[in-house]
Amino acid sequence: MDGQMKKNNHKREGNLSFHIFNYIFLGIIFLLVAYPIYFVLIASISHPSAVGTGQVLLLPKQLTTEGYKAVFSDDSIMTGYKNSLIYTLTGVLFSVTTTVLAAYSLSRRDMPGRKVFMMLIVFTMYFGGGMIPTYIVVNNLKLTNTMWSLIFPTLIVPYNLIVARTFFESSIPSELRESAYLDGCTEFQFFKDIAMPLSKAIVAILVLFYGVSQWNTYFNAMIYIRRQEMYPLQLVLRNILIENQVSQEMMQDAKQAAAQIERAGLIKYVSIIVSAAPLMILYPFIQKYFVKGVLIGSVKG
Amino acid sequence: MKDKKTKVIVPKKTFSQQLAKAKSYWQLYVFLIPCFLYFGIFRYAPMGGLQMAFKDYNVVQGVWGSPWVGLKHFIRFFESPDCWNVIGNTLKISILSLLFGFPLPILIALLLNQCRSKRFGKVVQTTIYAPHFISAVIIVGMLNLFLSPSTGVINKVIEMFGGEAVMFMGSASMFPAIYVISEIWQNTGYSSIVYTAALSGVSPELHESAIMDGATVWQRIRYIDLPSIMPTIIILLIMNTGRVLTVGYEKIYLMQNSLNLSSSEVISTYVYKQSLGSASRPNFSYSAAIGFFESVVSLVLLMVVNKVSAKVADMSLV
Repeated sequence: MDGQMKKNNHKREGNLSFHIFNYIFLGIIFLLVAYPIYFVLIASISHPSAVGTGQVLLLPKQLTTEGYKAVFSDDSIMTGYKNSLIYTLTGVLFSVTTTVLAAYSLSRRDMPGRKVFMMLIVFTMYFGGGMIPTYIVVNNLKLTNTMWSLIFPTLIVPYNLIVARTFFESSIPSELRESAYLDGCTEFQFFKDIAMPLSKAIVAILVLFYGVSQWNTYFNAMIYIRRQEMYPLQLVLRNILIENQVSQEMMQDAKQAAAQIERAGLIKYVSIIVSAAPLMILYPFIQKYFVKGVLIGSVKG
Repeated sequence: MKDKKTKVIVPKKTFSQQLAKAKSYWQLYVFLIPCFLYFGIFRYAPMGGLQMAFKDYNVVQGVWGSPWVGLKHFIRFFESPDCWNVIGNTLKISILSLLFGFPLPILIALLLNQCRSKRFGKVVQTTIYAPHFISAVIIVGMLNLFLSPSTGVINKVIEMFGGEAVMFMGSASMFPAIYVISEIWQNTGYSSIVYTAALSGVSPELHESAIMDGATVWQRIRYIDLPSIMPTIIILLIMNTGRVLTVGYEKIYLMQNSLNLSSSEVISTYVYKQSLGSASRPNFSYSAAIGFFESVVSLVLLMVVNKVSAKVADMSLV
């Protein structure tokens, strides 16, 4: 009896030390992820010289809205914002529509040819023509320097299609369809009036998957779009953040080299916050759909 | 994963019967038209365009009309001094990413799963998923700002402790580490979702009876949680190993500068620079050949890994 008690105590201590370790470990992970984002936020509202000399670590110092004024009055960023909004909304509309239609068809186990179609689609996940042959196709179709060069080449992502198909397979029972047919329902009617209202979740998931990748990508725009006034936000940001092309207008009165570097830094911090803001504000509300999407996708491995 | 097919004996239909059946599904085929157009034009046509890897492509004659040159571009690539450097960099970066980036999401999912406070766990989860949604441009922008030798916060802290500022982004030897750490920072949380999901499927009764039998948390993680997510781990390992030649070139391209290029040039960025990104002498066929080589090796690698794991662990993708 005594020995048993001792053993239990020992075990409880072991579990306790595990839980203490666990909280500390997860807490450290949390800080490692959160701090860089927090730092950008406080650096964007602090005076650039305080940031540049390492005084801003935990709290903002010498609050200023200078950076935000400069970024919001800058044409290139605002144009990029507008372009990205247009490209993202249009892209999402086309991508989600085509993906949902195709995924619904492919979810129908009774449809002849389904296996072959799926094989042809899955194959493209593992093999493709690559950058150059794709560029030549887009170029031959005269899509370069148009919005469509950013939308059509990535219209349907096979992974998203499979996620949507899996969703339809598991959430639209075939009995429902059969009874609807008996009532004289056509395929179109069934899809529109019965299947779609049951599938709002997958539409939300697809909107977010496609929306985020369209908003965040720059590579295709770098390849296909030459005209500056058509640049999406990410390409404008690339010029500012990576190529150090902060416009003269935004630099304003910073004359000395050191002040210039610091001012450019401020503009960069603000640009990051401004461009990531829409996603970060929506993030807490949309996060669960991403998780759901990943879960559906993982069912099929 | 393979699932057992249940064989139902159906009398073989004649071709006309099959056609009649397909006809009754015409509405579903209409739904598939945009999808077919997309895959035909933007996925399969470029595969046909890969023939240019064996040709001397010129704009006037186009992909089909340009003269055949056999393996010229492949030979040129394998004989060029860039070749092994570029392949080596690619392998180094992706193997390091796999080695350090793969186990961490598993560990985090296991620990989150055992976290007692649901609220704390939720806050941590929501936060660590977030960086996944930050664009490559912003991530690299943040790296440049934080690691700047003159104003970067990391160098300020180093100087505070009496050290000397380090040229992080201008160092070829530090490039792989910086890339891998930034990848881990960005994607570990999101990658853990799959494991968290798999863990939520573990029956609580298993844990309860293990507790009754006197198992500690460590033992339960080791003998209940870990084995139950093993299939997920192996499948993801197969997929990631198959992708060892495809690294995140969107981000790597942004991180490149003349100082770190000797260790940051990877196959995809090299392909881009030899053609579309080259102002002076773009060589489309040469680029296409290297891209083709990359795709074929990736495909073969995936099939081999898949076969091996099917033999060894009785698990495979298809």
